[in-house]
Amino acid sequence: MLTFLVRRLVAGVVTLFVSMFLMYLLVNRAIDPLADLRESTAANKQQLIALRIQQLDLHTNVVIRFFRWFGGVLHGDLGIAWRSKQPVSDLLAHAIGSTLQLVTAATFLALVLGVAVGIVSALRQYSSFDYLIIFLSFLLYSLPSFWIAVLLKQWGAIGFNDFLKDPTIAWPTIAVISVIFGVLWMLAIGGTRQRRLQTLGLAFAATFALFAYLQLSDWWLEPQISLLLVVLLGAGSAFAIVAIFAGLHNRRALYAALTTVVVGAVLYYPMHTVFSNLTSSGSMNNWVAAGFGLLAVVVGVVIGRLFGGPDWGLSARCAGFTALIVSAMIYVNEIMRVWPPYFRALGGRPIPTFGDSTPDLGGNYWVTVLDALTHLVLPSITLILVAFAAYTRYSRSSMLEVMSQDYIRTARAKGLPERVVVVRHGFRNTLIPLATIVPIDVITLIGGAVITEAVFARPGMGQLFVQSLQGAEINPVMAYLLVTAALAIIANIVADLIYAAVDPRIRLDA
Amino acid sequence: MSTPTNPQNPENLPDEAFSEHAENEIELKDVAGLSQSQIVRRRFFRHKGAMAGLVALIAVIVLAITSVGLGPIPGWWKWDGSPGDVERPGGAPTMTMPSWLGGAGFHIGDHPLGQDEIGRDVFANVMKGTQTSLMVMFAIGIVSCLLGVLIGALSGFFRGRTDTALMRFTDLVITVPTIVIGAVIGKMTGHLDPWIFAVALGAVLWTSLARLVRGEFLSLREREFVDAARVAGASNTRIIFKHILPNAIGVIIVSTTLLMSSAVLLETALSYLGFGVQSPDVSLGLLISNYQSSFNTRPWLFWWPGVFIVILALTVNFIGDGLRDAFDPRQKRIPSVRKMEKAKRAQRAVPTPSTSPGTSPAGGTGPA
Repeated sequence: MLTFLVRRLVAGVVTLFVSMFLMYLLVNRAIDPLADLRESTAANKQQLIALRIQQLDLHTNVVIRFFRWFGGVLHGDLGIAWRSKQPVSDLLAHAIGSTLQLVTAATFLALVLGVAVGIVSALRQYSSFDYLIIFLSFLLYSLPSFWIAVLLKQWGAIGFNDFLKDPTIAWPTIAVISVIFGVLWMLAIGGTRQRRLQTLGLAFAATFALFAYLQLSDWWLEPQISLLLVVLLGAGSAFAIVAIFAGLHNRRALYAALTTVVVGAVLYYPMHTVFSNLTSSGSMNNWVAAGFGLLAVVVGVVIGRLFGGPDWGLSARCAGFTALIVSAMIYVNEIMRVWPPYFRALGGRPIPTFGDSTPDLGGNYWVTVLDALTHLVLPSITLILVAFAAYTRYSRSSMLEVMSQDYIRTARAKGLPERVVVVRHGFRNTLIPLATIVPIDVITLIGGAVITEAVFARPGMGQLFVQSLQGAEINPVMAYLLVTAALAIIANIVADLIYAAVDPRIRLDA
Repeated sequence: MSTPTNPQNPENLPDEAFSEHAENEIELKDVAGLSQSQIVRRRFFRHKGAMAGLVALIAVIVLAITSVGLGPIPGWWKWDGSPGDVERPGGAPTMTMPSWLGGAGFHIGDHPLGQDEIGRDVFANVMKGTQTSLMVMFAIGIVSCLLGVLIGALSGFFRGRTDTALMRFTDLVITVPTIVIGAVIGKMTGHLDPWIFAVALGAVLWTSLARLVRGEFLSLREREFVDAARVAGASNTRIIFKHILPNAIGVIIVSTTLLMSSAVLLETALSYLGFGVQSPDVSLGLLISNYQSSFNTRPWLFWWPGVFIVILALTVNFIGDGLRDAFDPRQKRIPSVRKMEKAKRAQRAVPTPSTSPGTSPAGGTGPA
C-alpha cells in the first residue's frame, strides 16, 4: 500500500515536471506578448518593444526561462501576471474560490439527482419511464453547453425576472404542470392499474396544492419556509428516509426521525434569534453555519441512540439525516428573509447573467450568501444538466449490472424484502464504480468549467486561463496548467485508492 | 453450453423458471447457425434507436454535402453563404409553417432559415459548418482510434518496460488541455486549418481508448487460443492482428463512436471560445459565437447551428449505444412483459416439441 503510494507519487511528480516543461514550450510558442505593440502607432514603438522584451526577459532562451520559473515554483513563487502586475498566487486563490463555489453545488445536486433517477430507471428497465430517461439523458448529453448556457441567459434569467414583475401563474398552466408531474410519478412508481391511478391522483393533488400555496401566499415576492412548512416537509422527508433505509415497520427509526423533526420545529423561532444575534455581532460566517449543521446531525444521532433497540445505528442514521434536512430548511428560511430588500436593491431583476457577485452591494452575511446563490443559479443549471445525464447513465448501467448478479438472487432467495435487496445489496454495490468516477470528475471540474465560466463571465479558473492565454501572460497560464495537471495526477491516484478501499478484491501492491 | 436439457414438463415448472426457460429458447432460436459478426449486425439492425440515429446521420451527411457542394464541386443550393441582398426585414426566415401548425401554409422561399445582417444565407452557412464538424469528427475518430489502438495494443501485449513507458507517456498526454492545442497550432501555422486542427485534437484524445485497449489485450493475451497460436508458430504481429485484435474490436468500435460524439461537442466548444476553427472557415461553434449577441433581434441565426450540433451528437450517441448493445455478449434481448405473457400462453396451450425430451436442440440450456 505504502510502496504503491510512493511509487505512484514519484511517477506523478516526474510526469508533472515533464508535462510542465512541454507546456511551457508550447504556451511560449502560442502567445505573443508583443502583438499589441507591433500594431501600435506610437512614436517610440521600438523603445517600447525593447522595454517589454527586457521586462519579460524574452531574449533569454525559453528553456532557461522555464527553469527560472520552475525554481520560483519550488520556492512557492508563481510569478506575476505582467499586465495587471498582480502576483499569480493571489489571482489563483480567488479563481479557485469562485470555481469551487460553482462546482461543489452543481456536482452534488447532479450526483444526487442523477443517481436517484438512474437507479429508478434501472429498477424499471424497459418501462416507459426507463425509455423516457434514456432518451432524456442522451439528449442532455448531446447538448453543447455553450448553447444551453446562452439559452438559459436569454430565457431563464430574463424570462424569470420578467415573471417576477407580476408573479401570477394562470390556473390552467398550474393544472398542466401538475398533470405532467403526476404522469412522471406514475411512470416512475408503476405497479398495477389501480396503483398507477392512485399515484397519478396523489402526485397531481400534491403538486397542485404546492403551486396554489405558492401563488396564494405571494411566495414569489416574499419566499419563506414557514413553521407549518418545516413540519410538513420535515415529516415527509422523515417518512421517506425511514421508508427507504429502514422500512416503515421499524417503528424506533420512524419515531426517532419524527422526534428530530419536532425538535427542529421547537427550535425554529429560537434559532432565528440566535442567527440575528450572531449577525448583528458580525460573527456569522459559513463555518458557523456548517457548525450548526453538524450540531443538528449530532442531535439527530443522539435522539436515534436514545430510542435504542438492537439496531440503534440505523435509527441514529435516519434521525441524523432528517436533522440535516430540517436544519437546512431553517438555514434557507433565514436566507429567504433578506429576499425582499435584496429584490428591491436590484431593481426587481434578481437573477443576474454574469459575474459571481454584485459589486458594492454591502449588506450582512445573509445578503452576501443570497447574492452568491442568485449568481450561481444559471451556471449551476448548465453544469447540472450535462452532469446529470452522465451520472444517470452511469448509475443506471451499474445498477443493471449489479441487479443481475448472483448475490442479488441469493438475497431474494433467502426471503429478504425487496426494499432490503435493492437498498442494501443493490444500491451499495452500485456506488462502487461511481466512487471512482466522481472524484475524477470533481477534480477535473476544479480546472474550471471553462465554457460555463466564459459564457457567464464568472472569474473562475477557466476564465483565468482563457483570458491569460488571450492576454499573452505566460505565468498565470502556467500556474493554471500546473494546478490542473497536478490535480489530474492526484485524481487518478485517489480513484485507485478508493477502488481498493471499497472493493477488497483489488490489491494495489500485488 | 453442453448441459443436458431438462426433460421436465413445462406445466410442472415454477413460473419464474419457466419464463427463464422460454427466454433462453427464444434467444437460442434467434441466433442458431449465425456467425458472431452476423449476430452483431442483426442485433444492431434491430436496435431501433441506433437505426433511427444512423438514418438521420446519413440524411444530414447527404444534405450537407450535396446542398453546398464539396470543395470545388458546386451543390444544388442556390446561395453559397456570401454576403448579398437582405430580402425580408432583418433577414427573417422565409420558411413558413404548414397551416395545421398555425402558419400560412408550407412554403420554403428563398432563404428558408433566414439571413444575417449582411445577407449571408443561414442555410448555406449552417451546411458548411456541418461539413466542417463532420470532417473534424471523422478525422478525430480515425486519428485517435489508430493511435489509441496502437499504443494500447503494444502496451498490453508486450507488458513490462514497453508498458510502463507507454503508460507514463499516456499520463503525460492526459495533462495537456485541448484548448492549448488549438491555441498553439493556430499560432504556429498562422491560420488554423480545420484538418490540422482535427488531427492535432485526435493526437491528444486517444488516451482513454489506449487504456481500454490495453486492458483488453492484457486479459486476452492470457487466453488459450493465444497460447495455441504461439505453439503453432505464429509471430507476434500475426497474434496481435489475427487473434487478439478481432476479439477486442467491440470495445474499440464502441468507444471510438462515443469519442466521436464528444468530439463534435469539443470542436464546436473550442471554436466558440476562439481556440478552434477560425473564419473564413465556417464551424457551427463559430457561427453561434458570432451570432449570440443578436439572439434578441435575429434568433434564427442562433438556433439553427445549435440544432445541427445537437442532431450530430445525438445521432452518433445513439449509434454508439446500439453498437454497445450489439457487441455485448452478456446483453440479453429481453422481450417485453407482454410478449413473454403471450409466449407463455401459447406454450401452455400447446406443449411445444422443443421442451419435450429427445427433440430439443443439442445446445439448449436447462433452467439455471
